[in-house]
Amino acid sequence: MSSPSIEATAASRLDQSWQPELEELLSVGMGAGADLVEVFVERNNQLSVLAEQERITSVSPNFGCGAGIRVFKGQRDGFAATNNLSRPALMAALEQALSMLGLGRGTSSSTWQGLGNLEDHSTGKEQWLTSCPTVPDSADCLLAATDALKRHGQHLQSRRASYARDWQEVLVAASDGTFARDLRLHQTVGLTLLAAAGDHRASISRRDGNTDQPDFLVRWPGATVAASACQSAGKMLKANFVEAGTYPVVLANRFGGVIFHEACGHLLETTQVERGSTPFANKIGQPIAHPAVTAIDEGLSRNNFGSIAMDDEGMTPQRTVLIQDGVLQRFLSDRAGQMRTGHPRTGSGRRQSHAFAAASRMRNTFIGGGPHGVEELISSIDHGLYCKQMGGGSVGATGQFNFAVEEAYWIENGCLREDKPVKGATLIGDAVTVLPRISMCANDEDLAAGFCGSISGSVYVTVGQPHIKVDRITVGGR
Amino acid sequence: MTTPSPVALDGSALQEQLTETTSRLAIPMWDLGVTSSYDTSVQVDHGEPKQLKARQSTMAMVRVWNDEGLVGITSTNDLSPLGLTAALQGAKQASRFGDTQRPPRLSPQAQDPITPIKQPQHSIQPIQLLLNHLLEAERQVLHSHPAISTVTYNGLNQGQRERLYINSAGAWRKQNTTSATLWLYPRAEEPGRKPRSAGAVRVAPGVDALDLEGCIGEATDRTISHLDYAPIDTGIYTVCFSPEAFLDLLWAFSTMVNAQAVLDGISLSQRDSLGTQVASSLLTVADHAHHPAHVAAPEFDGEGTPTRHLLLIESGYLRHFLHSEGTARAFADGSVATGHATMGAKVTIGPQWLDVEGERGDTSLSCQHSNSVVLIDSLSALHAGVKASQGSFSLPFDGWLLSGGERRSIEAATVAGDIRSTLHNILACEGAPQCTPNGRAPHVWVEGLTITGEA
Repeated sequence: MSSPSIEATAASRLDQSWQPELEELLSVGMGAGADLVEVFVERNNQLSVLAEQERITSVSPNFGCGAGIRVFKGQRDGFAATNNLSRPALMAALEQALSMLGLGRGTSSSTWQGLGNLEDHSTGKEQWLTSCPTVPDSADCLLAATDALKRHGQHLQSRRASYARDWQEVLVAASDGTFARDLRLHQTVGLTLLAAAGDHRASISRRDGNTDQPDFLVRWPGATVAASACQSAGKMLKANFVEAGTYPVVLANRFGGVIFHEACGHLLETTQVERGSTPFANKIGQPIAHPAVTAIDEGLSRNNFGSIAMDDEGMTPQRTVLIQDGVLQRFLSDRAGQMRTGHPRTGSGRRQSHAFAAASRMRNTFIGGGPHGVEELISSIDHGLYCKQMGGGSVGATGQFNFAVEEAYWIENGCLREDKPVKGATLIGDAVTVLPRISMCANDEDLAAGFCGSISGSVYVTVGQPHIKVDRITVGGR
Repeated sequence: MTTPSPVALDGSALQEQLTETTSRLAIPMWDLGVTSSYDTSVQVDHGEPKQLKARQSTMAMVRVWNDEGLVGITSTNDLSPLGLTAALQGAKQASRFGDTQRPPRLSPQAQDPITPIKQPQHSIQPIQLLLNHLLEAERQVLHSHPAISTVTYNGLNQGQRERLYINSAGAWRKQNTTSATLWLYPRAEEPGRKPRSAGAVRVAPGVDALDLEGCIGEATDRTISHLDYAPIDTGIYTVCFSPEAFLDLLWAFSTMVNAQAVLDGISLSQRDSLGTQVASSLLTVADHAHHPAHVAAPEFDGEGTPTRHLLLIESGYLRHFLHSEGTARAFADGSVATGHATMGAKVTIGPQWLDVEGERGDTSLSCQHSNSVVLIDSLSALHAGVKASQGSFSLPFDGWLLSGGERRSIEAATVAGDIRSTLHNILACEGAPQCTPNGRAPHVWVEGLTITGEA
C-alpha cells in the first residue's frame, strides 16, 4: 500500500508575513480607545484513526483555521472569534469586540508603536507534521494493539484502539508588543476493551499522550499496554461492588493525580479567584494541605502532554510551585487573571482553539515524591482501599469533587489483596477537607496524559503524583 | 433594533462547486453536511459586564466514495474553492482506508419529504440587550437572600444556525434555527456552614422568548433550599428522580437503544432484545424530535434522513432501536434509518429529544407526603460516573431527604445502581411530564438504590 499523507488545508502559513495586517488590527483597536488588544491566529491539521476488532472503522482528517480577537478596557473584555482569516472578516471581528465595550473605530490615527520582534518558538519544528506516522502506519499500530488485546484477553466483547494527532500553528500578537509564533504537535493513543461473561461486565481503558515527538506512536508499546489492560479486565470482570463507606485509601501514582487536579488544581486558577469560588483565595502563605504535600504545575518539561513552548497569550511558561510542604505559594494566572486579581502571570493562559478566550489553566500538575516506599503506605492500613486505576472526575461549584475508580482492591491488615478486586467505587469529598488528610507520599512520582475541560475548552494536560495515602475519604458504592 | 445575521450559506453555489470539483477529481459519489453558526454571549460579575463574546463558525464535513465503494471523510471550516478542493482530496485519500465490512451509503431517505417544524425564527438581539437582561437577572438573584453572595456561573447566549445537507444523488436539505440560553448558578454561604450552589437553565427560540423570571426564581429557590443541609446515612433508599435527573440518566444509557452500539457489542441490548421487557410496565419512552418544546429541533439528521417520532420503550417493552442508514441495512430486518445519525467516517447515533410517559403506579408515593425517601433534584459528573457498557452508575447528586412533608437538603452524597434494575424497579411516575432542554418526563420513583453520604 502506498503511504499518502493527507494534505493540509489551503490556508497560508502563519508567520512574520502577517505582521503588517496584525499591526493594522492592533492599531485600529488601540486607536479606538482599548487598553489592550490581542489577536490569536491558528491553523490546524488533525487526524483521528479508530480500529475496532480487526479493522479500521474510521479515518477522520480535519483542517481548520481561525482567529480570536480580544479587547480589554478597564476590568472588562470583549472577545470575537471567526474562522474566516480574510482582512475584512478580521476587521469585522475586531470592530465587534470593540463595540461590545462601547468602543468604535476612530478616525484619528493611533500612537501605538507597533509589534516587537517575532519570538519564534517554531525553530526545528517545521518538519514535524510530515514526520508523523502516515495513515497506513497508524492503522498498523492500532491493529497490532487490538490484536494484542485478542491474544492477551478473555471474554472480550469489544476491542478498540484509537489514535489522534493534532498539529497546530499559532501566531499571537498583542498591543503590549507581544509577537510570538509556535508549532505544536500533540498525539494520543488509547485502548478500550469490554469483557463480558454472563451478567458480569468490565470495561478498561488505557491512554497515553505526548507532545512534540513525531515518532511517538511508532514507539508506543501497544502490546505491553494491551497486556496490562487485559490483566486488569480479567481481575475486574467478576469483582464485587465496593461497599459504600469511609476508608483510608492509597491512590496509585500516574493518573491517581487526577484527584489533585480536580480537587485542588482548579481551585488554584485565577478564574476561580475572580468568581469567588475558591476557598483558597486569601490563603497564600497559609497551610492548606498536610506538610507531606508539595504540588507543582509546570509547562516546561520535555514531551509531557501539558508542556508548551509558549502559552496562548505568547508567554513562556514557568515552573510554578503551588504548594510547598503544605503551604499555599501561588495561583496560576493568565493576562485577565493578573488584571483582575493581581496574581502575576505564570504562562498559564490556555485555550482549546481560537473560538475560546484564553483563561488560567493547568499544564503538567503533580504532587511531588515523598520519602516512603509504596509498601509503607499499604502496610499502614488495616482496612482500606487501593485505587490502582482512576477513571474521570469533576469538581462542582462549591469545590465538591468526585472520581470514578476503574480498578481497585481491598487492603487488609497491611496487605494488598489482589485477590479481592472491587468495582463501582467513587471517591467524594472536597479539597479543604481532603488535602490535610494526604499524610504519606511515596517515592515513585510519575505522570499521565489527560484532557481537561473548563472555561476555555478542552486542553492537553498531565496529572501526576507518587502513590499517596489519604487517611480517610468517602467511597460511594453499593 | 436587531443585528443582521452573519449566517448565510449559499447552498446552490456549494452544490455547483462540489459537482464540478468531484467530477474533476473522479469522485463518483459524495455528500456534504455544513453547519454555520453565529453566537453572542455575555457574562456578568456583581453588576458589571465581565466578558462579552461573539463567535462565527462554519464546519463542513464531506464524504466521498471511491470506485470500490469505500468511504472517506474530511472536515474543514474553509468553504472557499481551495478549501473545499483540499477537503475533497483529503477525503478521497482517506477512502483508501474506508471500512470494508460496513461501508456507509447515502441514506435512501435523504430525499423523502420533510415535515417542517414550525418554530419561529427570532432575530438576533444587540449584545447590550443581552447584557441588560443578565445584569438585571443577577441583581434579582443577589437580592433574593442574604446568603447569596455571588452568581458564580451565569450567562446569556443567543445563537443562529444554518444547516445544509446535499449529496450527489440530488438531495438538498436546508434548515435555519435560532436559540437562546440563560443559566444562573448562585453560590450561597452562611457563617460556619459549607457553601451551597444550585441553579437553573432556560432555553427558548430567542432571547425575547426566554422565561427570565422563571429562571431567576428557580435558581434562587433551589439554592436557598440547600442552605439547611444535613448528612445522610449511607444505605438503601427509595428514590424519586426529578424529570431532569431521570432524563440525564436515560441519556447516559441511551446506548441501550442505539443500533450502532448493539452492532459494536457495547450496548446492554442485543439484536434480539426487541420485544423483551427492559423496564417496569409503568414506563413508556419515545424519541420525539418534533416536540414543540424541543428548541432548535432538527428536521433532518447528519445523513439527510428526516427526523420523526419513534417509540423506544412501550409499557416496559423495547420496541425500536435508533438507526442510521448503515445499521438499518446491517440489521436486515426491515429496519429503516430513524433520523438520529451524525455524519462521520463512522456514523454515530444518538437521541434527539426523549419523551417519557409514566403510569402512576404506587399512589402512596408522593413528593409531598412520603417519609425517609430521597428526592434527587440533579445528577452530576455523568461523564465519569456512568459505565454505559456495564450498566452501572455512581453519581453525585443534589437533593433532599423527605420526611413527613418536610424537605431537608442532603449535604453531599452519591447514588449508585444498575440501570437495568433501576428501570425494572420503577414504582411510580408522579405528576404530569415536565419539559426540560433534553426532553420531557414526570417524577420517577425507584426502589432499592444505594445512597452514600459523605462522612
